[in-house]
Amino acid sequence: MLHYLAKRLLSLALSLTIASMVIFAVIEVAPGDPASFMLGTGAQEETVAALRSELGLDQSKVSRYLDWVGGMLTGDFGTSYTYRTPVAKMVGERLWVSLPLAIYALTLSTLIALPAGIYAASRRGKAGDMAVMGATQLGVAVPNFWFAMLLVLVFAINLRWFSAGGFVGWDKGLWAGLHALTLPAVALALPQAAILARVMRSALLEVLGEDFMRSARAKGLSQKQAIRRHGLRNALIPVLTIIGLQFSFLLAGAIIIEQVFYLPGLGRLVFQAISARDLIVVESVVMLLVFAVILVNFLVDMAYAVVDPRLRRAA
Amino acid sequence: MKLKTHFAAAASALALLASAAMAKDTVTYATQLEPPHLDPTGGAAQAIDTVVYLNIFEGLTRFTPDGAVVPLLAKSWEISEDGLTYTFTLQEGVTFHDGTTMDAEDVKFSLDRARAEDSTNAQKVLFSAISDVSVADPQTVVVTLSEPNGSFLFNLAWGDAVIVAEESAETLKTAPVGTGPYRFNEWVQGDRVELVRNPNYWGDVPELTGATIKFISDPTAAFAAMMAEDIDAFDNFPAPENMIQFEADPRFQVIIGSTEGETILSTNNAQAPFDNVKVREALAHAIDRQAIIDGAMFGYGTPIGTHFAPHNPAYVDLTGQSNYDPDKARALLAEAGLADGFTTTLHLPPPAYARRGGEIVAAQLAQVGITAEIINVEWAQWLETVFKGKNFGLTIVSHTEPMDIGIYGRPDYYFQYDNPEFQDVMTRLNATTDPDQRTALLQDAQRMIADDYVNGYLFQLAKLGVAKAGLQGVWANAPAAAIEIGALSWAE
Repeated sequence: MLHYLAKRLLSLALSLTIASMVIFAVIEVAPGDPASFMLGTGAQEETVAALRSELGLDQSKVSRYLDWVGGMLTGDFGTSYTYRTPVAKMVGERLWVSLPLAIYALTLSTLIALPAGIYAASRRGKAGDMAVMGATQLGVAVPNFWFAMLLVLVFAINLRWFSAGGFVGWDKGLWAGLHALTLPAVALALPQAAILARVMRSALLEVLGEDFMRSARAKGLSQKQAIRRHGLRNALIPVLTIIGLQFSFLLAGAIIIEQVFYLPGLGRLVFQAISARDLIVVESVVMLLVFAVILVNFLVDMAYAVVDPRLRRAA
Repeated sequence: MKLKTHFAAAASALALLASAAMAKDTVTYATQLEPPHLDPTGGAAQAIDTVVYLNIFEGLTRFTPDGAVVPLLAKSWEISEDGLTYTFTLQEGVTFHDGTTMDAEDVKFSLDRARAEDSTNAQKVLFSAISDVSVADPQTVVVTLSEPNGSFLFNLAWGDAVIVAEESAETLKTAPVGTGPYRFNEWVQGDRVELVRNPNYWGDVPELTGATIKFISDPTAAFAAMMAEDIDAFDNFPAPENMIQFEADPRFQVIIGSTEGETILSTNNAQAPFDNVKVREALAHAIDRQAIIDGAMFGYGTPIGTHFAPHNPAYVDLTGQSNYDPDKARALLAEAGLADGFTTTLHLPPPAYARRGGEIVAAQLAQVGITAEIINVEWAQWLETVFKGKNFGLTIVSHTEPMDIGIYGRPDYYFQYDNPEFQDVMTRLNATTDPDQRTALLQDAQRMIADDYVNGYLFQLAKLGVAKAGLQGVWANAPAAAIEIGALSWAE
């Protein structure tokens, strides 16, 4: 187990180093100067130069890269060029929207998908299976931003149950916060649930065909008991993989949904920062997201080992 | 009997509650762009002014909704005969939101800070004529200019020229402290800024007790927020195609006005073949302005024939000089030796007027044999390649600064128009304070750039305001980027 852990940790560190180089290089190559952007078309050359030196943009790329990485290692993510606030603080505030939204959506999608997938697998070929598969086909095909607009039209504009977007803040209470995140969470969750349900179904079907399932039935367990005791655990590995991928996607990839519901989340922060050439914010947030994705993968790897003892011994 | 009185009391109490709930005394306004910070003296973003100008910060003079310049923190002023000395008398009893007094020292500090060597004021050029600022007494400031400047009082009305205090100047970006009728309360980044009424305001205390300004960039989300009545008004609605729906809905009022944005097909005058005036004239006749206004802006916008706002009294209508005439355009191209046309680039920044307008312009140019290769760019890229690098053939952009015809007097400005005669008119304009003479010079300037076909003049950008039916005092036009909360009230 220790060996397995060490190997995973090493690959984690290596991925992060390479990612930091790629991110820095790609963002620095993009044309556009943050100081000119901030000062606009009326500014004089000398004003732009004054601002560039104030922001430290007149230093060499290498020294800026080293400053950036060195800062991150000590927990300092730099200061936003445009907002003039520490990036860590900005990310912290945005995480209070993005993280609960991702967890909310993932919880919804898992709660819908696992029972649906299990139900479909146990009714293979029957009407129930057909219905679930039909619904998931639709769910996979519908783009989430379109679904989001539909939700706004029905529940915000016509029924007025929810507001059309924005986020009141958690200081207005847990209920108010969850209420504001409900439509976006549903919009994110349903397409994810559709994918997850299909994976759950096929994973379980595969397991149901295994010899050990037949043995379980032969020793007198009912179909339900056999699935619960032996089937589920073995079908979980692909499901865990997908859940891990989906969490990363929900955390980093909710940009469009955040745009539709004008939520002050991480995705929109990156989006704004890119158009303002707020390089340090883009670099640090993208780096954090990479870290989150790698961390989630790492945790999923660990979870495999928990679910499947063979992995622990093999390593 | 007793029961009845109870009932009546309860009913009247309920009625009272209901009327209290009805009398709305705050407003939730939305605008498309979030400001990067809240210091109007340290950034070019118009979004900063939209939030803070006249709400949090005030200058010596201000713009009225119709674009006139009137006294604000300066109660009155005297201008010396030679036009070089301005003596301002300040309003009395003005305090900053942190309780400190606003006096002549603050005015000196603000103007000196804006024109200093290391100043990061985006419109530093507004202050370039100042040679000295001195304090005569706490209520009197004397500003000396190195040369007469006819637009000096106008310059002082800009958001970039507001008065700030030395004590709070360093932290204005996140904690703005001004003298205005509203105080900064909270900024939830990515979502909203909240303002509360300043009880110690020196002027007339405004009607509304507070305001929330929300930032909604996506046009679809903006429409949904308006329809769901999450917001009371939208400053300049991003999707012209939705205006007809608002107009048809009795819950809303639509307020169409004009901005200071001259939308132009900017042309690289230093690049062949645009260095030939015949080619530029051909461009002008190849463009059907009304088709662009109808197609890209759903009919909102006023055609212009020069770089000047039609709502300005000094405006000259020169649209006839560059009427849509593709045959003439082809003939002019042939005269210039380009009968077979040519290929150029058309850089389009993100706003709809550019991206949608650009498609139409490219199609119209194709009709006369000019192939315009469309290149979509972000603003940062546009600034780098087009504005700074001057590496472009054509681009579409709205010049939103008020009274900015002066840019044609700068030969190094990105479209690179170099005409000494025009530069001379600008020098004379700066030195003239007589209103009639100024008007005559401004009209000469408009005609000169129209005669030289410097750029393709398309239309004046409209301001598409939408608000709930009962909201009064909304600015129809935008002489400056502003949402003046102090002017707003709800109808009874």
